Amino acid sequence: MEQGTVLEMRGICKYFPGVRALEQVDFTLREGEIHALMGENGAGKSTLIKVLTGVYPKDGGVILLSGTDGPVHIKSPQDAQNAGIATVYQEITLCPNLTVAENMYIGRTKGPVTNWRKMISDAGRLLDELGIPAHPKQQLGNCSIAVQQMVAIARAVDMECKVLILDEPTSSLDEQEVQKLFKLMRDLKAKGVGIIFVTHFLEQVYEVCDRITVLRDGQLVGEYIIEDLPRVQLVSKMLGKDFDDMADIKSDSDTENIDYESTPVYEAMGLTGTTGIKPFDFEIHKGEVNGFTGLLGSGRSESVRAIFGADRVTRGVVRIDGKPVKIRKPLDAMKHGISYLPEDRKLDGIVGDLSVRDNIILALQVMKGFFKPFSRAQAEQFADEYIKLLNIKTASSDTPIKSLSGGNQQKVILARWLLANPVYLILDEPTRGIDVGTKVEIQKLVLKLASEGKSVTFISSEIDEMIRTCSRLIVMRDGKVVGELKGKDLNQNKIMATIAGGES
Amino acid sequence: MSANTEVLNVKKLKGRTFLTDTNLLLIITVLVFFSMYTSAVQFLGSGFTKPQMFFNILNENASLLVLSCGMTLVMITGGIDISVGQVTCLVCMASAVFMNDNSITGAMPEGQAVVVSMLIALGIGLAFGIVQGLLVAYLEFQPFIVTLAGMFFAKGMTTIICSDRVNIDNEINHAFYKLSTTEVSVPFIGSYNKLGEFIPAFVEVGVVVALIVVALLFVLLRWTKLGRNFYAVGGNNQSANMLGINVKLTKFLAHVLCGLCAGIGGYLFFLHARSGSPLHATGAEMNAIASSIIGGTMLSGGVGNIIGTLFGVLSLSTIKNIVTSLGLEDPWWTNITVAIMLCIFLLVQSVILARKNRKKK
Amino acid sequence: MTTPEPKLKTGRSVKDIFGKLFFNQLLIPLVALLFLVILNLFADPSFFKITLEKSSTGFYILSGNLISIIDNGSELAILAIGMTLVTAASGGQDISVGSAIAIAGSIVLRVIKGLSPSISGGELALYLIFAFVLCVIVSALFGAFNGALVAFFKIQPMVATLILFTAGRSIAAWINNNENISINDDRFKYFGNFLPGIPVPTPVFISAICMIVIAVVLKFTNLRLYSQAVGINSSSSRLNGINPKMIKLLTFIILGVCVAVCGFIKVSRTASITYAVIANNIEMDAILAVALGGNNLGGGKFNMTASIIGAYVIQFLTTTLFKFKVSSTAISAYKAVVVIFLIILSAPVVRRGLSNLKNKYIASRSQVKKEGV
Repeated sequence: MEQGTVLEMRGICKYFPGVRALEQVDFTLREGEIHALMGENGAGKSTLIKVLTGVYPKDGGVILLSGTDGPVHIKSPQDAQNAGIATVYQEITLCPNLTVAENMYIGRTKGPVTNWRKMISDAGRLLDELGIPAHPKQQLGNCSIAVQQMVAIARAVDMECKVLILDEPTSSLDEQEVQKLFKLMRDLKAKGVGIIFVTHFLEQVYEVCDRITVLRDGQLVGEYIIEDLPRVQLVSKMLGKDFDDMADIKSDSDTENIDYESTPVYEAMGLTGTTGIKPFDFEIHKGEVNGFTGLLGSGRSESVRAIFGADRVTRGVVRIDGKPVKIRKPLDAMKHGISYLPEDRKLDGIVGDLSVRDNIILALQVMKGFFKPFSRAQAEQFADEYIKLLNIKTASSDTPIKSLSGGNQQKVILARWLLANPVYLILDEPTRGIDVGTKVEIQKLVLKLASEGKSVTFISSEIDEMIRTCSRLIVMRDGKVVGELKGKDLNQNKIMATIAGGES
Repeated sequence: MSANTEVLNVKKLKGRTFLTDTNLLLIITVLVFFSMYTSAVQFLGSGFTKPQMFFNILNENASLLVLSCGMTLVMITGGIDISVGQVTCLVCMASAVFMNDNSITGAMPEGQAVVVSMLIALGIGLAFGIVQGLLVAYLEFQPFIVTLAGMFFAKGMTTIICSDRVNIDNEINHAFYKLSTTEVSVPFIGSYNKLGEFIPAFVEVGVVVALIVVALLFVLLRWTKLGRNFYAVGGNNQSANMLGINVKLTKFLAHVLCGLCAGIGGYLFFLHARSGSPLHATGAEMNAIASSIIGGTMLSGGVGNIIGTLFGVLSLSTIKNIVTSLGLEDPWWTNITVAIMLCIFLLVQSVILARKNRKKK
Repeated sequence: MTTPEPKLKTGRSVKDIFGKLFFNQLLIPLVALLFLVILNLFADPSFFKITLEKSSTGFYILSGNLISIIDNGSELAILAIGMTLVTAASGGQDISVGSAIAIAGSIVLRVIKGLSPSISGGELALYLIFAFVLCVIVSALFGAFNGALVAFFKIQPMVATLILFTAGRSIAAWINNNENISINDDRFKYFGNFLPGIPVPTPVFISAICMIVIAVVLKFTNLRLYSQAVGINSSSSRLNGINPKMIKLLTFIILGVCVAVCGFIKVSRTASITYAVIANNIEMDAILAVALGGNNLGGGKFNMTASIIGAYVIQFLTTTLFKFKVSSTAISAYKAVVVIFLIILSAPVVRRGLSNLKNKYIASRSQVKKEGV
């Protein structure tokens, strides 16, 4: 091992039944650097992290750590902790029923007895130091998600680790919290900690990282110093092809074809529900693509859920094609031709153990009714049609959806809602957590649907995507609609300013 | 901006925010018990005003108390053990048959037979705990199914040992009889009889043992690493694993401790009943689960308290006494009462949980 | 990246055949059945003898162990239908079925006894129908009570049904004031024994009718798709327009109806009831049947046929144990051993090991094929 290296992984292999998740991957982390681990979904980033943290046993290769002679064997997360490898995962891996202090110290104190007083005072000091707004005695479950995430980081920071792994820690944080996190990361870097940073956000990589390692299809593409690798090249390395597809998509002049004077396809007035959004008015016209934007927690998802009746709607008048209707539950919305692709694919979208076919026909089947099941042949026909149409990569329509990759799962859910033949399609974060190639496909599909006369609401955390696809943007802040942008106003600066608020 | 407001919020934190789920449910339980007991004193009078009435509740339920404590441990880790009732039954039968077997116990000095019977009881409890723990923790099977099998196994084994009632022969088991009938007087508490003499209230030996178990387990849950690990595993076992806790071992130990409690509880039952019978402790698992739930242990795991369980046992027994003194003496009323109590507290828990979840959103 | 392609293709075809033959859900119950059959063949081949005898009522009836298995297994098979659905939709089991059967039986007896002084000739049929309908309604209501606790209050099924499990037999005793009621009318016994002139026990027909009904329901409604979807991901099914609460409730009500039918057969067998003993331990057997059928006790996909076969295998086991002179009270110890054995076989850890073996086998097979080509 070279001087200054904290971690070296050489020739790591990992196989799952029928899949090679990692093939001869090398990875080197130096003292005091922030090292981005990049790749599409299914490239092997998470697998590599899980091998390193002992969640999965490796099938080949060696792991070397500074300060230890010879290869280390990490068999469990406990081993990893002991070896000085701390991890913060995307999902919060803390116990909601324990106090903040306990969550920071459990599983790593010595001796059989818990010293509550010391633990609470230590935790209090650390929380203050890092500026985390939580009290050590507070039950973690009562804190906001962002605070919980930061408590997890505080725990990792306190472990005197040599290697800190941050696996998509920013996806549930707002911009300010992200900045706080970056400051924390830079502080740690100054102390000589090696940080592995996994993220989907390119901007963040270029903001804090020193080096990038790119994986593709379970294999190493290469390791680069950040200055040597412009964004476009990074994307092309991740995709493994020259990349100019992004430029192809443009909303162009489509917007002019929309007749804003016509009766809206969907119109809501004073709509509000139990999820903390203020009453809002909203309308969408035939062939229009609009978007809801705002920071996480601004109410953009809650608004579209209210439109679909996914959460309890308490007030508001809804008109479809000018006729007043009542939408109280998802089925009502579906019967009126509204489809909704939920934000959380795993939790709200897929039905894991069911086959791709059942997942595709589900919505249409429910609309058809409990007593009128589709024949097997018909279901198969629908499934095959959409598998071909959306180019879903699956062994057969009988395969359980959970064994597909994230992007393909998303396409199945899309297929489900396209099959329901909606007049108004709501897509909440359809591009989150999926590979760049599929992202582009989905954006193209949205524009195609609009040109066919369907109305689409498109939500994405990536403003670029919204600008490319939407003709009108509704901006939200703190559960309230604060602005509506279209035409010339649809640019990054204007959107940012509206989100941030104020008179700028 | 949001971070700033949150800092302010922390400063404004009041008692309610610090109230953990565990403490909230504990407070409810204690309140329920006291209001129940005072209303019993108020409206039913006579019996309930005597201190001995209260201590009789303990005497009758020492065994249940220990079983419930074991149950609480397992339930905190997110599991359940429905075998405890039948294990109690098996322990009674095994001990009774052993004690009555003059060919073995006759050859031993007086006290030795008692000690050996205790070891048998602990051994049986431990064996059930270990096997069930292995199946649940290391083979990752649903605790309910595993312990259901354990329950039926114990039930069958009891009748295989002996299918009739076995009463302890007091003639050949002096030491045991003496231990069983020893009355420990409670200091300072008692009542005056008609002659104005102070009669101290008393408890049986079993109650002392049970209270020691309660104290030990309270300390275990509050101050030891293992105890806190139980909570962590129950709160979210994947997270607990990521936090470096050996989840399997923790679950295993919870079942072992519960099995041990079933052994102790079984022996206390035996000490109180001085007999073995296939009908002993019928439905004890239900009473234990009900006591734990009334005592504020959440079925979903991660929330619970031994002191709460103590009050759960007391509440359950008090309401049974109230029902009996209301004149509903038919045997089925007790069962129906337990069921109704269980139902009410499950609903309360479910409503609290639902409200919390809604608030968070 | 080029080499795995053909491997995958041949692997899949091999896997298909393999899956159909060896890794089918029906495998477990059938192997268990085979094992029991062989055991009995060696122990005592006369176990399988079926004879046509003249019964005390003067009709020819079939008798023998196999007949007694399909006869006595009827209640279990009917329960397994409901239990499978409940398991699929709610990811838990109903442990109150034994107690609920006691309630159902108690109601039937109460109604018939209450009306019995006026029983004459053809009216009995009317009373029977009335008693049956009432017991179906009450059982369905108890099912709905369980279902409501599970669906609306989100209580784990096994704990929610613990309430009725605790109270059920007491309620059953309370309905008849703890009297031991017996009905002295042979016609009432038809449903639990034999119809005059028909050599096959009536419960066999009743369970067959139940199976046909459920087959029709599964074929012509979306019950299967809905309950599976709810069991796998209830949040997602809600967003697809399914009402998960209603589906869970529905499965518990269906189980309630199954319970009513079982209760009716049970009391008809002896025309009397013992509250503490009737349908004792049947909840264990019913859960075991579902597990033996290879269904995931955590909910989701299910195979009804496998569950029903599982039920008869359990009954086969019970009868076999009786033949080996195991007393009826000790039988639960042996069954518990079987459960534990099953648990070990179907434990996730062991399953993972087995599927690894399977994959290795497939890989080696495809390799052989490739080399052959």
